[in-house]
Amino acid sequence: MTEHAASPRRGDTPAAHAPGQQTTVETMTGAQSLIRSLEAVGADTVFGIPGGAILPAYDPLMDSTKVRHILVRHEQGAGHAATGYAQATGRVGVCMATSGPGATNLVTPLADAYMDSVPVVAITGQVASKAIGTDAFQEADICGITMPITKHNFLVTDPAEIPRVIAEAFHIAATGRPGPVLVDVAKDALQATTVFRWPVETSLPGYRPVTKPHAKQIREAAKMLVNAKRPVLYVGGGVLKAQASAELRILAELTGAPVVTTLMAIGVFPDSHPQHLGMPGMHGSVPAVTALQKADLLFTLGARFDDRVTGKLDSFAPYAKVVHADIDPAEIGKNRPADVPIVGDAREVIADLIVAVQAEYDAGHKGDYADWWAKLDEWKRTYPLGYEPAPAGELSPQQVIERIGQLVGPDAIYAAGVGQHQMWASQFIRFEKPATWLNSGGAGTMGYAVPAAMGAKAGKPDTAVWAIDGDGCFQMTNQELVTCALNNIPIKVAVINNGSLGMVRQWQTLFYNQRYSNTVLHSGPEHDGKEPPAQGTRIPDFVLLSEAMGCVGLRCERPEDLDAVIKQAMEINDRPVVIDFIVHQDAMVWPMVAAGTSNDEIQFAKGVRPDFGDDLD
Amino acid sequence: MTAMSKHTLSVLVENKPGVLARIASLFSRRGFNIDSLAVGPTEHPDISRMTIVVNVEDLPLEQVTKQLNKLVNVIKIVELDQSQAVQRELVLVKVRADAESRSQIVEIVQLFRAKTVDVSPDAVTIEATGSSDKLEAMLRMLEPYGIKELVQSGLVAIGRGARSITDRSLRALDRSA
Repeated sequence: MTEHAASPRRGDTPAAHAPGQQTTVETMTGAQSLIRSLEAVGADTVFGIPGGAILPAYDPLMDSTKVRHILVRHEQGAGHAATGYAQATGRVGVCMATSGPGATNLVTPLADAYMDSVPVVAITGQVASKAIGTDAFQEADICGITMPITKHNFLVTDPAEIPRVIAEAFHIAATGRPGPVLVDVAKDALQATTVFRWPVETSLPGYRPVTKPHAKQIREAAKMLVNAKRPVLYVGGGVLKAQASAELRILAELTGAPVVTTLMAIGVFPDSHPQHLGMPGMHGSVPAVTALQKADLLFTLGARFDDRVTGKLDSFAPYAKVVHADIDPAEIGKNRPADVPIVGDAREVIADLIVAVQAEYDAGHKGDYADWWAKLDEWKRTYPLGYEPAPAGELSPQQVIERIGQLVGPDAIYAAGVGQHQMWASQFIRFEKPATWLNSGGAGTMGYAVPAAMGAKAGKPDTAVWAIDGDGCFQMTNQELVTCALNNIPIKVAVINNGSLGMVRQWQTLFYNQRYSNTVLHSGPEHDGKEPPAQGTRIPDFVLLSEAMGCVGLRCERPEDLDAVIKQAMEINDRPVVIDFIVHQDAMVWPMVAAGTSNDEIQFAKGVRPDFGDDLD
Repeated sequence: MTAMSKHTLSVLVENKPGVLARIASLFSRRGFNIDSLAVGPTEHPDISRMTIVVNVEDLPLEQVTKQLNKLVNVIKIVELDQSQAVQRELVLVKVRADAESRSQIVEIVQLFRAKTVDVSPDAVTIEATGSSDKLEAMLRMLEPYGIKELVQSGLVAIGRGARSITDRSLRALDRSA
């Protein structure tokens, strides 16, 4: 029934409990026990950098035939690569770093994975247990530091605990609402002799995620859906993580209700599907945003009413009752009260809903959304996503991204950075399949794209992986292209180079009187920051930079070269390819709901507010 | 919106290092205020019990308990309704007392069924337990004599009747131990 039958399911017991498994009891070092534990839980790829405290673990890692270690250039790259790997494969991503600065460099990707609920396990070395608390060399209280940005973390000082803690860490990361887990291991625990036992008994008396939804609530939700006049299936990343895209499609087609997919859910429902209205939120499509505003029922599946979706909360979807299904009970009612709360795994929830809705139909109750669709279709017709063409002879960023999507196709994986290019990628690439769109949605981490694409490609080497990056983002993490070049991870990177921090510049254009304070990246000394910068400054020169890192560097400046350059990049598969697309810098992301305002104030283009009529009010 | 009100939460947690920090960090990060906090062992060596008094509206209270429940080391949370629970605080207070005032102070101590635990020529130290209201009343009575030093415990609470909030949780723990 699903596309991912082979992947582990949320809520399953950890692999350590598999029946019929042979029991292993062997004497070895803590470091060996750590690597054996990683092998036992099925970790096949680790992104990391060694250093003093984690060094003992790297010795047995060298001999492992099951775990491939990829030596990154910065720990942040390791963390985002683990995230990209996890998002692309559905398995737990693993990264490794040493104590102190190695561990603190993982803070950003851990916070990122926490916000986007990505299953990642980070393993860090810690100074020897006797030195903990003495401000020893390269000591940092990484458990204390990451407490608010991990689902859970562990400090291990007793080597005998290593197998159990690793099993628990992977179990916690992958089940329930997924998230990052950090395991900090003291150096002396790695060096000591211990006994490795597998399988292990986990002991997590306070961790019992609910996956099976309550039957009464499901029936109630189905009843509301068939009685609604203007329902919307508001679909979030939880549906993607539950690998429930097949179930979602069945539910959508059974009910005929419109679907919106949030930034984190893109791909879980085909963009080409006639019931898809697009993405809701600050830069969502007019039909999607407006459908939520005018709806009488938000049928919420694995979404969390994020402020970027709701806009001003007290004017969000004012006519709607709310069904809210999520695996995390704390999300239900957090921002918007729910009329029908459902706690459960999205796949089980949707599967049960299909049965319940069918039962309503059999009893003669069927929703009639014909009038609703008449409105929705009108909005879709009148306010399609689009963009103004660039000045003659210049490339428009939207066109570049749209063309990449068309030529590369929906089987590829696309990883975006954060900013204008991210929004354009979400708008103008047609996503048809789950787990083909990777981005930093909750944290908004610039620099995410290149290392995430690297992780995705390492996990899915036979799939084409494109990073859609901005010139600002690219300068934060491009060093991981060295890792890609040296480890046969041939990703493609499209740098959408508008010479500025484009999204911030857009806000300056709209809200700060075109005063471009510190958003011009390519300005030479002859510019005062108020004038458009010379695009030819080229510091750094991304083509030369890429070639220096072992990649093929290409540049595209003219619309007539666009297709040829993309095709050229597609044909190179022995090395990473970077294309420097020089695009015009004044392009803006539309539609837009200005921060802190109501979604009713959505602008289709600058200064253009759609006319919805008021007959529904 | 309902008005702010005090709620007493009994939280059973795994007796592991760092659990108190996790709870304190959660409260501060989510912007919830702790009025009082008391932690101690229970009848089961693997479980500690926290009594947390929070001053919040109903809706945020639901968020507090849900977020607490998400902590892996938190086993169980029960809100103890004031009418269904015994709630106690402990206070140790050092009051100025000379030969003239001492007998009056001792009388107050007896009125509140408190105890004199230390006497010196110019002070007495009093130990008292009770509800917040009773302790406040006693302190008001003692104030005119001059309070030199005061230390107060967090509130601890236990439900009335034969049922125990630890019963089921302990069984769960035994199974996995």
